[in-house]
Amino acid sequence: MSVSPSSAPLIALRGVRKSFGHLEVLRGIDMDIRKGEVVAIIGPSGSGKSTILRTINGLTPINEGSIRVGDIEVGDPKLDKVKLRHRVGMVFQQYNLFPHRTVLQNVAMAPIQVLKEPREQVEERARRLLAEMRLPDKADAYPGELSGGQQQRVAIARALCMEPEVILFDEVTAALDPEMVKEVLSAVRKVAEDGVTCILVTHEMGFAREAADHIYFTDRGVIVEHAPPQTFFTEASDPRTKEFLSKVL
Amino acid sequence: MVGDIQAFFRDLSGSGINLTIFYDAFDFGRFVTGLGYTLLLIALSGFFSILIGAMGAAVLSLGRGPAASVIRGYVALFRNTPLIVQMYFFYFAIGSIMPVMRNEIGLAQPLIGGLAWAVISLSLYAGAFNVETFRAGIGAVHRSYEEAALALGYTPRQVFVSVTAPLALRFSFASLANNLVDLTKATTVAYAVGVTELLYVSNQIWSDSLNTIEMMNVILVIYLVLTGLVVFLINRVEAAMRLPGFGAGGAP
Repeated sequence: MSVSPSSAPLIALRGVRKSFGHLEVLRGIDMDIRKGEVVAIIGPSGSGKSTILRTINGLTPINEGSIRVGDIEVGDPKLDKVKLRHRVGMVFQQYNLFPHRTVLQNVAMAPIQVLKEPREQVEERARRLLAEMRLPDKADAYPGELSGGQQQRVAIARALCMEPEVILFDEVTAALDPEMVKEVLSAVRKVAEDGVTCILVTHEMGFAREAADHIYFTDRGVIVEHAPPQTFFTEASDPRTKEFLSKVL
Repeated sequence: MVGDIQAFFRDLSGSGINLTIFYDAFDFGRFVTGLGYTLLLIALSGFFSILIGAMGAAVLSLGRGPAASVIRGYVALFRNTPLIVQMYFFYFAIGSIMPVMRNEIGLAQPLIGGLAWAVISLSLYAGAFNVETFRAGIGAVHRSYEEAALALGYTPRQVFVSVTAPLALRFSFASLANNLVDLTKATTVAYAVGVTELLYVSNQIWSDSLNTIEMMNVILVIYLVLTGLVVFLINRVEAAMRLPGFGAGGAP
């Protein structure tokens, strides 16, 4: 693959391996993700999809290989974690909002406490993001008072308020009722349209097909194949991919 | 009004129920003094034991190495030996090697008296239990909240202060109420080092007035009321800190 300097990848994984005990979850992962791209990682349960995401922001340390985000080497022992997590946000399957903080506080607290930005400026941004997520009147509610779909949109606003270049979406619709999936997916689409690089682990094949620029298929800790969605869903070559697609489509 | 009450209890003593504290000014004064010291012991030891418990649990959950070992040793020592032995140890063993001052009329006065030793001893005793209570509360906080904070760039210490501790506190109330009820009852042990708390003054009163059975009943009722108050207070704090959709107040 020829890579021109202008399209040098924002995120590059090379030979990433990770074991939990004697269970090898990632067995040599290579990925290149360019700025502004929307990448979907799909594959059967336990294939290491979520682990890939968690290695990119350093939540899960790797055993071998290298991960680079911009000019940050994630495996560096002297890694500035604040700098990395400022650039790479994350949204979780179970939302993980802080139940003891209001919606506005959830969204604004990290930029205030971690990035030391002025409170008023951050809260103004937080309110704007909540409005964009169509939750303007929920600022003073507690997460426990919201529906799952609303909580997940707050979680997306919380990630956006750090003004990251990349957001990792870890099965963000998997815990939601079907009617809430749509509202969250449209929020994700909005994030992608605004130019934030998105890496999604998802079981929503329709969404992956329509919103992603690139699809990676993982199975048993390796990337079996990757392609743009048009080719991936119609011309998958590997038998494992074909088998998986025949089950989910 | 007061006269009526006194007259009633003076009459009652004729029928064999002799509650001197309700009609004899001297016994009443002694009793109030005792109640005051008991309340002081509960308040001070309760406060310091919560402080010790919180700091100990923070060290155990954040730190490894020597500091955590010290806390574990402290908990093992104070949780697994009798309170009265600990209090005697402080008062007689450590107290005897502490400097002794002279008061204004020239009498010997220890630097740390019975009341102070009782507070120190009760705080350390109840603190050991509170360490375990808060540690269990911290263990009950789901790891996913901490991960969300880490993913937002929080350091482990910031995660503990901003996320783990406030949630852990809410998981700790039931067990904390237990410990503070236990502490309330345990303040009677201060009798052993000469603190004029409720049991001490009651003993004086029944020795003088020969109304042991009556005073025993009074003491039981008073401690029921005191422990009830402690539980009421904790429940109020717990209710004030209850979160919608989180913990015992709603669906998880």
